[in-house]
Amino acid sequence: MIGITKTFGNVIANRDINLQVEAGEILGLLGENGAGKTTLMNIVYGLYRPDSGAIKINGKPVSLSSPAHAMAQGIGMVHQHFKLIQNHTVLENIALGYKDAPFLFPTRKVADDLRRLQENYGLEINPDVYVWQLSAGEQQRVEILKALFRGADLLILDEPTSVLTPQEAQGLFRTLSRLASEGHSVIFISHKLDEVLSICNRVTVLRHGQVVGTKDTARVDKRELARMMVGREILFDLKRKDVKKGGVVLEVQGLHVNNDRGLTSVSDVSFDIKAGEIFGIAGVSGNGQQELVEALTGLRPIDSGQILVNGRDISRASPYTINAMGVSHIPEERIKFGTAPSLAIFENAVLKQHGNRAFSGRLFLDFASIKEHAKRIVSNFKVRTPSIDVPVRTLSGGNIQKLILGREISGKPSLLIASHPTYGLDVGATQYIRSQILQLREKSVAVLLISEDLEELVELCDRIAVMFKGKIMGIVAREDLNLEHIGLMMTGSHARSACEAGK
Amino acid sequence: MDSLIVAVVHRTLVAGTPLLLGTLGEIVTERAGILNLGVEGMMAVGAVSAFTTTFVTGSILLGVLVAIAAGTFLSLIHAFVSVTLKANQVVSGLALVMFGLGLSGLWGKSFIGTPLPTRVHDLKIPLLGNVPYIGKMFFHQDPFLYVAVILGVVFWFGLAHTRCGIVIRSVGESPAASESQGINVSLVQYLSTMIGGALAGLAGAHLSLSYSRAWAEGMTGGRGWIVIALTIFALWNPLRAYLGAFLFGGIFVLQYLLQPLGIPPNILGMLPYLITLMVLVIAVIGKDARRHAAPAMLGEPYLGGEG
Amino acid sequence: MNWRVKVERRVSYPRFFPTVVLLFSLLGGFVLIGLLFLISHVNPLFALWKIFSGSFGSLYGITETITKAIPLILIGSGLALVFRAKFWNIGAEGQLLIGAIFAGYVALNLGPKLPFYVIVPLMFVAGFIGGALWALPTVILKLRLNVNEVISTLMLNYIAAELLNFLITGPWKGKTQMGFPYTDDFPHSAVLSVVPGTRIHLVTLCLALLFAFALFIMVYYTRFGYELRVTGDNPDAARYAGIDFMKVTLIMMIISGGVAGIAGVGEVAGIHHHLSYPSSISSGYGYTAIIVAWLAKLNPLLTILSGLFFAGIVVGGDAIQVSLGLPAATVQIFNGILLFSLIMGDYFLNHRVKLVVREAP
Repeated sequence: MIGITKTFGNVIANRDINLQVEAGEILGLLGENGAGKTTLMNIVYGLYRPDSGAIKINGKPVSLSSPAHAMAQGIGMVHQHFKLIQNHTVLENIALGYKDAPFLFPTRKVADDLRRLQENYGLEINPDVYVWQLSAGEQQRVEILKALFRGADLLILDEPTSVLTPQEAQGLFRTLSRLASEGHSVIFISHKLDEVLSICNRVTVLRHGQVVGTKDTARVDKRELARMMVGREILFDLKRKDVKKGGVVLEVQGLHVNNDRGLTSVSDVSFDIKAGEIFGIAGVSGNGQQELVEALTGLRPIDSGQILVNGRDISRASPYTINAMGVSHIPEERIKFGTAPSLAIFENAVLKQHGNRAFSGRLFLDFASIKEHAKRIVSNFKVRTPSIDVPVRTLSGGNIQKLILGREISGKPSLLIASHPTYGLDVGATQYIRSQILQLREKSVAVLLISEDLEELVELCDRIAVMFKGKIMGIVAREDLNLEHIGLMMTGSHARSACEAGK
Repeated sequence: MDSLIVAVVHRTLVAGTPLLLGTLGEIVTERAGILNLGVEGMMAVGAVSAFTTTFVTGSILLGVLVAIAAGTFLSLIHAFVSVTLKANQVVSGLALVMFGLGLSGLWGKSFIGTPLPTRVHDLKIPLLGNVPYIGKMFFHQDPFLYVAVILGVVFWFGLAHTRCGIVIRSVGESPAASESQGINVSLVQYLSTMIGGALAGLAGAHLSLSYSRAWAEGMTGGRGWIVIALTIFALWNPLRAYLGAFLFGGIFVLQYLLQPLGIPPNILGMLPYLITLMVLVIAVIGKDARRHAAPAMLGEPYLGGEG
Repeated sequence: MNWRVKVERRVSYPRFFPTVVLLFSLLGGFVLIGLLFLISHVNPLFALWKIFSGSFGSLYGITETITKAIPLILIGSGLALVFRAKFWNIGAEGQLLIGAIFAGYVALNLGPKLPFYVIVPLMFVAGFIGGALWALPTVILKLRLNVNEVISTLMLNYIAAELLNFLITGPWKGKTQMGFPYTDDFPHSAVLSVVPGTRIHLVTLCLALLFAFALFIMVYYTRFGYELRVTGDNPDAARYAGIDFMKVTLIMMIISGGVAGIAGVGEVAGIHHHLSYPSSISSGYGYTAIIVAWLAKLNPLLTILSGLFFAGIVVGGDAIQVSLGLPAATVQIFNGILLFSLIMGDYFLNHRVKLVVREAP
């Protein structure tokens, strides 16, 4: 029914790209972060304009000057970071900008049409609920409904599984298959090779803004795709030595923490981490991991319970004290929390340690020693920058992360808390950070690793705990790893019943 | 005594009128995400332009229209700086206040002390105006008041139950989400700011044409700032604006009432400002944070789009 | 052929660029002011020349400019501090007045009994404390109750003015002032000495320069200044780094309020020698200082330059007020226009605007 062809050439982020999607097909768009996938799709969605090249829909050339225009042409996009208005209801979000909505009481008409649409595609959502009350998977369904409501024939999904549990991802794949069978086309942007291979019919690989090739997924394997993505052989196994574990470094007992709204977000959590051990916490974001980390680093007061580092109680200590006791922290949103963007690199190099005697006297900063320290970090951790005097915001994401990692590690911590350390980084930087974490393990540092990337947790951790709604559902040792089991725990099925279900 | 109550209520409503007008306008502006601190300047320009136009032409209507235009024009400057240039909205608003106050001082120089030849008469609503006591209080009133009350209802309904309203509110909550749905964020913000300017100008016109019927430098007396505080107090809801505006109208009237009690006039003069502070504190305490919070992206320049 | 305007974010710029942009912004501002004169049937070049000759063209003008620059530099350097942390202190005007009131109390009640070398420092300390106390509540309101500091500081301005009015017409009304609403004149020991032939009160001038320099050192070279800059640049990172918001903001505002108070002391003890109407003690210094700080790009040391510049505008404004019969408020227009020009200039600092001409496809 609908055949869509797109050809463009584009200089800065996308170079001379030719891309083609057929009706009823799911095309994967694969590439590292920074390869140009999102830019390309933003062009298709009318958010950017290409410097040169053309787009054709059903053989007819079109010029997509704005999202409204793209939507009118039947193109819908579900962004990686949802573009929903949290404080509004689902109905209000879908009604926004809808051309056929009446001027008065627009939500009523939208509600009727929406119900019909939901029945067609089996996407169940209560339209009167506020968006902030929905889970990530449900919010994504709202985004899809939004696009379908506008009559999208082509649906673009940007990294859709990054916020989903394995079960929710399966649900998404089922929805996508159904959409494809109804004649819709889907472009599935991802950097996760396994997913792309499982759900897509064909896959186009981008690297450095250019198309490397397009293959049928039935006829290609993971290694080949990886090679296309990166341009060289990627070793999937990091060397992992046997390390003898030391004494307990971090001990958490019966921790209860409340979130900003006074609701319990960490509930009766207990675990411990030994020196030389990497302890992972899996689970979809929003189940208390952030509050747990904040409690451990002194950024959030705890309700009850105890936190001991090397035997000393830090339950009520300030971030400064905790840092001085050898606890380092790589924050979740590195640019947002880990750096002062307009300040220079050398000034950021001592963000937490600026009060240390090494770097300042009673009043004045010791610039000489600070700059020394900064230079050392930059060279040891291969941070690519012209000098240490430039503002931090001129660095790329991967380099900023390396700087933060260097800053945190150089303090010779006994405990490193790493929150989603490789999120959004390209393959090279990701491998680097992961190998650094493994090296820390060999130096008898205890590591607490929080990540949504199960692949990463499996690769690095000695033990993995799963958090759901503030509780630890279970702790699994490396030898007993079972991905399906973990996935079930992530959605709240208790460990024991999951085992029984499996029998 | 009865006539005192009637007079007090009557006067309270009149005193609250410019505050209501200004607040309604600022609510719309802020709902779209733009923080416009320049209300004091826009009001002043509205006041002076209304006065001078009416003085020269003898037409009150013309004076009002010019005031609205003047307020809108000034707000356009702020919109340009805030939306297109994406500059710091606080500083821009402050610059607007300085500019507006200075401009009004310059413009009105030669009109100081001369009273207005034409009067704004109270408008009497047939039938209702004849009801004893209540008629005199509510239905035999300053026409600006009627306009303000009607506008309040219109704005409330508009924001809550029309397509326009959803668009404005969405832009203030998340320009990014709105843009991805095809909304022209800049246009919405420009228009919302201009509505705010128009109403501030109208409020100023009321001050010089009806409330005091003369022009004096600094006659806005900080009302523009009170409007900004009232916008917060009203939790960005036009219906609550009524409460805040008339509460404050009452305070202005109270100042006069308390004078004979021997309280020094200057202490009384502090009253509106002290109460503004209290109002701000009360507005924040014990509110259901999510539902009554400011528009999420208020005051934040929207940096999305072509990048 | 069709064309469009293309705007790009600028990633980096040569070091002299900000200064160039600044100068062009000011130039643009003056062009706009000139236009305003044109509309008012005044020869713009004549008016602008009158402004500059009024403030810098004569010895009297220069000394007046320096005199008016003193409070601007003091308040401006304090504002440079708090604006960095995005705490919008619009209340310097009120803090100045309270500082003056505190100093007035000291002068009138302790002055006659103590020698000048005790009274003068005491006045300044009292003024600092007064201004700081007036500034403190707004910090607590903001940090604990999330009360908008623009409004709270501003409301305190109005309240301070009314308080002063109350004092000079009531309990502190001067007995020797023939009915004028002033307090009695300060005793001789409480009057600041001036450079002969001018109105420049030396002590305050030195304090102004000292503070500008000291605050400059503080912002860029001390631990506290570092914490201040991080807090202003990224409050989230500051939290993460364990920087105590409350402490930083409190200290900043104490300093900012305090220097404004000192400016107030200078005005009443150095120029007027008594307390009088708010508008005669301060012709909007607290507000003009906002632009002084902004023009100085929030660098306390540069407020010396920008303070002199704006003092020049104020003095020049007075000059044309007399010769052209324009009201005092005219200077406010200048301030507004110049501030707008600075903001717009900043836009060009961060964006490159190009005209792109494309061949039709």
